[in-house]
Amino acid sequence: MIQIIQQYGLAYLGWDGYNISGLAMTLWLLVVSCGVGFCIALPLAIARNARSPFVWVPVWLYTFIFRGTPLYVQLLLIYSGVYGLDFIHNTAPFNEFFRQAINCTLLSFALNTGAYTTEIFAGAIRETSHGEVDAARAFGMSRVTLYRRIVIPSALRRALPVYSNEVILMLHATTLAFTATVPDILKVANDAYSATYDPFDSFILAAVIYLCVSFALIFAFRRAERHFLAFLQP
Amino acid sequence: MKTIFRPALAALCVLGVAFAPVAAQAKKLTEITFGVDPTYPPFESLSPSGAFQGFDIDLGRAICAQLAVKCKFVNQGFSGIIPALQARKFDAILSSMTVTPERAKAIAFSSEMYNEPTSLVEKKGAGLVPTAASLKGKTVGVEAGTIQETYAKTYWAPAGVKVVSYPGQDQVYADLLSGRLDASLQDSVEADYGFLKTPKGADYQFGGNVTYDPQDVLGSYIAIGVRKDEPHLLKKINEAIAAIIANGTYKKIESKYFNFDVYAATPAAK
Repeated sequence: MIQIIQQYGLAYLGWDGYNISGLAMTLWLLVVSCGVGFCIALPLAIARNARSPFVWVPVWLYTFIFRGTPLYVQLLLIYSGVYGLDFIHNTAPFNEFFRQAINCTLLSFALNTGAYTTEIFAGAIRETSHGEVDAARAFGMSRVTLYRRIVIPSALRRALPVYSNEVILMLHATTLAFTATVPDILKVANDAYSATYDPFDSFILAAVIYLCVSFALIFAFRRAERHFLAFLQP
Repeated sequence: MKTIFRPALAALCVLGVAFAPVAAQAKKLTEITFGVDPTYPPFESLSPSGAFQGFDIDLGRAICAQLAVKCKFVNQGFSGIIPALQARKFDAILSSMTVTPERAKAIAFSSEMYNEPTSLVEKKGAGLVPTAASLKGKTVGVEAGTIQETYAKTYWAPAGVKVVSYPGQDQVYADLLSGRLDASLQDSVEADYGFLKTPKGADYQFGGNVTYDPQDVLGSYIAIGVRKDEPHLLKKINEAIAAIIANGTYKKIESKYFNFDVYAATPAAK
């Protein structure tokens, strides 16, 4: 164990000598994919609750496809499949984007978590109490103001506990990154394993790092819940 | 006293005959029995009829022919091949065994039989060679956990070559085909049989063998292993290897299996 920490400690945490690796890479994947996922989920969650089927059906189709297929398959399709298309190869900006493994990985992670987050937020928006909406209407708020002041803030607060689960599941899903050659924590653990033939120490070290990150996330979300959901407490 | 008698005792037990090692050495060499793990084509495998075949086997036969002795091959799993040699089940190991310091503690090794050089594979006409200068700014794929990964990261990554590790060698080839990679670095035999000789690899070629390895990352050559108490046999085998290389027999056998030089390009310069 000590030998692995001495030799691979830095790689586990963030620098394998030439590239960002390990924990730093995992956190980067998590933050960017959850950030982008959040940004696409917010408008899509509103669209998901629209009355017109031309608006909500495409969103439903997107969440259906991305929640109904394994992330692993999505990653392979985007990393290997999309980059194999002639159209992508011949269009310079696309070629540049999809050539980088990290972009493909971030894109598939963001689309995946975006689909789940859309459904979480859409559910919370749907559950908004009718009384609040009626009161806002009676106050003379326009639709935009109604969403901006009442529905979205309330829905995001109520979605927090479920959303924290999604973020932690996303952390665990980042272990797929090395499929697309992105050197995350698990890649370093595999390196340590193949160099020392010591599976327990190599992977337990990785597990401990994941555990610490999970714990930190849970702690942060608990604090956030206590702050933002104070109005729900008895 | 004990250490002096141990080889003698071992000989006594296994053969059931009272040949002291001294006596065995003096005996005229009439037959060499090779221990082989025939699961590693194209080096050694069993034909459908159960006969030993492959590059190693042909080299073994050529060595026997050179020494004018009979050749026998014994099937032995690789993990137990050194203990079996020491138990005198056969006289020598002929099974693609790379010389390592660990193994050299247990048994003696002949001079170089061949080497599986580490080679660069690239698109036809790319004109890249496996040096840091040639590959600067290019992207090179390697399989994670291999000596090639260590090599590329040791010598090339600091010089500005983008080294990308893959979970498996097949994925390296996939990205070579997709165009993400400019070149890939791997065992030449693996590259030849796993990629270049397949229809997918038609547009690709060897970019040359790695020859620069001052830190000895890639390890040593492949040789025949014999017991340490039989320098006489080792000397004979070394003479025979030198002879078949000198008289062209080696080249003839090599060309039957490989389209590149498995001997001269390596061992990598120290």
